[in-house]
Amino acid sequence: MNRTTGSRLTRRLGALAVVTMAIALAFGLVFSPPEVAQRDAVRLMYLHLPTIAVAYLGFFITMVGSIVYLRNGSVFWDLVAGAAAEIGVVFSVFLIVSGALWGKPTWGVYWQWDPRLTSTTVMFLMYLGYLALRRLDLPPDVRSRRAAILGIVSFGNVIIVRYSVQWWRGLHQGQTLGVDTQLDGLMLFSLFLSLVAFLLVAAWLLIHRFRVAWLEHQLTRIGFERALAERRGDLGGGRVGEEAR
Amino acid sequence: MLRDAWLMARKDLRIELASKVTIGQILPFGALVLILFGLAVSPDLTVLGTDRRSVLAQASPGLFWMAVLFAALLTLGRSFAIESADGKLDALRMAGLDPAGIFLGKMLAVTAQLAALEIVLGFGAFVLYNAPLARPLQLIVVVIAATTAITSAGTLYAALGSGLRVRDTLVPLLVLPVLAPVLLAAALSTEAAVFGESSGGWPWTLLLGVFALLYVGVGMLAFGPIMEES
Repeated sequence: MNRTTGSRLTRRLGALAVVTMAIALAFGLVFSPPEVAQRDAVRLMYLHLPTIAVAYLGFFITMVGSIVYLRNGSVFWDLVAGAAAEIGVVFSVFLIVSGALWGKPTWGVYWQWDPRLTSTTVMFLMYLGYLALRRLDLPPDVRSRRAAILGIVSFGNVIIVRYSVQWWRGLHQGQTLGVDTQLDGLMLFSLFLSLVAFLLVAAWLLIHRFRVAWLEHQLTRIGFERALAERRGDLGGGRVGEEAR
Repeated sequence: MLRDAWLMARKDLRIELASKVTIGQILPFGALVLILFGLAVSPDLTVLGTDRRSVLAQASPGLFWMAVLFAALLTLGRSFAIESADGKLDALRMAGLDPAGIFLGKMLAVTAQLAALEIVLGFGAFVLYNAPLARPLQLIVVVIAATTAITSAGTLYAALGSGLRVRDTLVPLLVLPVLAPVLLAAALSTEAAVFGESSGGWPWTLLLGVFALLYVGVGMLAFGPIMEES
């Protein structure tokens, strides 16, 4: 009996992710040069930008999975949507924390009412609500349907929040972070490498998280069937679900 | 559909007239929030360069809308609490009411109650925070747009949490991030209306209107799947 959610595919994927991450770290921390204005603080970019990609990608997958679920009731896509949202939320935390840490050397403070930082935090809280809904003890189809609606509407909301906050800051003051960062070839390469590494890690996490969710789903189903069988057995006065054990 | 909406709205408002929960509990709560804001933000602080306008008056548009949001959460919760017992939503559906109509009716009833609350709370903010009122007509337009924006999204999200044991804690978590842009737009356009700032605030009012329309559409579409076997 397989005791892990790992398979040959995920083990290879995981190994590839670890190796790529190590190389990306070497490039991000050692090989790539410091930037003129931000000095070494620019290295946070190799952590920060990939987390943006992963977080938004995760929420995008949640939306796609939710749409497919609403169209054909596929449990697979419902679970993918949930798994992707969890990864999106985890990477949003990295995103916000690395943004604040980057803010300290560039802005002088951890928190600036910067459009990106503000809207990302609101987005993060929004998807915490989504996950809270998914965790509820409800009939599975009711929970999945409500989660799917939330998963679709939330993504539209991310866009509204993003633009309204940007507009707000645009009215009151200029762009807070002057990203005129000049990226030379090596920096771009390090960034690209780091993006690939983060995407591999995210894919690995997504597959494992999905498999756990799938097992949970099977367990609930089997549990339900067993309970049903026992009830039938009770009624018939005969066998009491012995074979299920 | 519109007939169903009208039936729902009338039913909800009749329940309110009989029970007086909004008037008797949510309204005093809103007033309390206004007073507590006054205690939290010292009324003696003044803003530089604004002719000794107090910080409280300066912040009054935002504080007013925060009080409205809190009151709206309670009103929305109440709106679905009256349906939760004995699977009443299922009964409504069985009765052949159009889900889109049920959504519109619920939203309409909440909007009417919230509008009544806003009149009183607005007067309260005007008096307690010593806020000016430069353009009353613009303020009315802003309030209508913002209220529909709050209730359209609010009704959809309250429905997503309806019938759940954790409804009271889940719905605020779901709805407040969504209403963040509404709060922003409402506060800024109200600021423009009460202080008579030349910068206008109309683009923000437009945003409120678009948001409301969008959510009325989404709510009407989504209500069917939400009510199905829930």
